[in-house]
Amino acid sequence: MNNYLSLENISITFATDNGPLNVLDDVSLKVDQGEFISLIGHSGCGKSTVLNIVAGLLNATTGGVLLENREVTEPGPDRAVVFQNHSLLPWLSVYDNVRLAVDQVFGKQKSRQERHEWTLHNLELVHMGHAIERRPDEISGGMKQRVGIARALAMEPKVLLMDEPFGALDSLTRTHMQDSLMEIQGELNNTVIMITHDVDEAVLLSDRIVMMTNGPSATIGEILAIELERPRLRLQLADDPTYNHYRAEVLRFLHDRHAQPDVPTGKPAKTPEVAAEAPAEERPARLKLATG
Amino acid sequence: MSTTIINPGKSFDFKWLQLLFAFLEGDRLVKATSSLVRQLLIPLAALGLFLMLWSAGAASVTTSLGQLPGPAQVWDQGVQLYQEHQAERQKEVAFYQRQEQRNQAKLAKNPDAEVKVRPYTGKPTFLDQIATSLVTVATGFIIASLIAIPIGIICGMSATLYRAINPLIQLFKPVSPLAWLPIVTMVVSAVYISDEPMFDKAFITSAITVTLCCIWPTIINTTVGVSSIDRDLINVSRVLRLGWLTKTIKIVIPSSIPMMFAGLRLSLGIGWMVLIAAEMLAQNPGLGKFVWDEFQNGSSNSLSRIMVAVLVIGCLGFILDRGMLLLQRWATWDRNAVLR
Ligand SMILES: Nc1ncnc2c1ncn2[C@@H]1O[C@H](COP(=O)(O)OP(=O)(O)OP(=O)(O)O)[C@@H](O)[C@H]1O
Ligand SMILES: [Mg+2]
Repeated sequence: MNNYLSLENISITFATDNGPLNVLDDVSLKVDQGEFISLIGHSGCGKSTVLNIVAGLLNATTGGVLLENREVTEPGPDRAVVFQNHSLLPWLSVYDNVRLAVDQVFGKQKSRQERHEWTLHNLELVHMGHAIERRPDEISGGMKQRVGIARALAMEPKVLLMDEPFGALDSLTRTHMQDSLMEIQGELNNTVIMITHDVDEAVLLSDRIVMMTNGPSATIGEILAIELERPRLRLQLADDPTYNHYRAEVLRFLHDRHAQPDVPTGKPAKTPEVAAEAPAEERPARLKLATG
Repeated sequence: MSTTIINPGKSFDFKWLQLLFAFLEGDRLVKATSSLVRQLLIPLAALGLFLMLWSAGAASVTTSLGQLPGPAQVWDQGVQLYQEHQAERQKEVAFYQRQEQRNQAKLAKNPDAEVKVRPYTGKPTFLDQIATSLVTVATGFIIASLIAIPIGIICGMSATLYRAINPLIQLFKPVSPLAWLPIVTMVVSAVYISDEPMFDKAFITSAITVTLCCIWPTIINTTVGVSSIDRDLINVSRVLRLGWLTKTIKIVIPSSIPMMFAGLRLSLGIGWMVLIAAEMLAQNPGLGKFVWDEFQNGSSNSLSRIMVAVLVIGCLGFILDRGMLLLQRWATWDRNAVLR
């Protein structure tokens, strides 16, 4: 444990029309450099809130975030965010979207030519080198998300924060994106916190999965270390008993111990595993269904 | 396959008709023709119908200035106005030639003689009035835009300022140009005092009246455009730590451009309408004054000439609007927006 990034007893309370709403209660987490963390939990529990506090976009009511032992007080490019809906500037080309970030972060350190090359390099990294002059509305959802990732990577962040980066993509594109991300991660070894609804995605990509309890006053319920060797290959892992065990652990946490009381199946679109599940009397049967 | 052609053959079972339609439908020409019909012939037919109704209706109305003119008389007066313009231009050229000759002669006699160059002071023609109106509306509109866009941006960015300014906007927005005009006239006379005025007072009065009336749509639309920027884009700028100015230039303005241009287009439309009224009431040069003068003149041609002016005002308004639309299309990044 080198305590690269640490979330210290974070609580946050929002003032709403119906009085104060305590969303997070005492969330603490230590993240190592180069670690890939997935944040999983039911919709509305406060995952995005955690991420936004780390990003500095929200301020915790009590507690705080330390990055390399310095407190996080405002947003900054050292904690780049990949937003769920890509948030590219629609009036700029793919290249200019990334270049804007590069110019802002490296405007003083790098020459114009270096910045140009760095922009292209990052676009190549996400396999978008062929479409740099297109506008965001001229490329597919998966491509937009790639550009969003390229923009974040181009900032050379200390921590890469991703809020359901592939949530809006179809499953085939999502698999491609996960593979790309694993590849990039293998190369750059970034420190990543990623929110996901997808159990497979979490197990496949993460070093640790942080599972959150239901809100209000959500906190970290359980942390699952995924000790699978890298590089991980999707097809090989499909029959791997350890992999399936991890999967089952996460599912058990989400749907057994912290099933959402009012919405028993969660959002079907976001948690297809749950939708496929039948109410089971005994756990083994349920696991088979879930993993099959 | 053209879907706009109704195929009566099917319902009446006329074999030969069916064959004919099948033949026609198979032809590309049909598609082109039918789109030509829709694009050109239908508007032309409507225009023809309008002209017919107009000439029929006009014939049955007799005013104190004689019969209400029909399309033919109006056309004649249009031609006449153009000819008057050309005649006036020739007179002007001739005037300057004579003056030049006189001065040359003077100088030949006595090289130290003082020569005066007097400007030609002919009556402004219809075309001159059009030019004056266009310049005035452009001036008023540009002043309004220069004021409205920054105010709109600031109001959009700061909710507090918006709350402060909004009541004023709502209060002044519905005020008619006719109400502004006396105030503007008095203020301009009081404030704009100069021995060698660069601009005509009347011109300034009209332009400012236009400004006052057409400033509001741009302010409101820009404010809405700026304040409805996607929160995520704002977050992007926060993560990048963009400075205030960079944020405004790179994110706020581009993202509000579609709304801004929608506002500008409304503003120009209002400005054009207001200008004619202002010119008419204030006796400021321009198309409005032309209409008013003709009305006062009361000759048998006056009504026709006024109608020429009405048509020209309409056409120019339409052209200005199309121009803004082109500009709007060019400036808008949102390709999905349907602009018409
Ligand atoms: N600015 C805010 N003001 C008031 N309440 C808020 C605010 N932001 C979030 N909340 C509330 O906090 C809770 C957690 O929201 P959050 O967006 O973090 O959930 P989430 O886990 O990311 O959900 P999802 O998976 O659907 O994205 C929700 O109940 C939400 O209504
Ligand atoms: Mg969320």
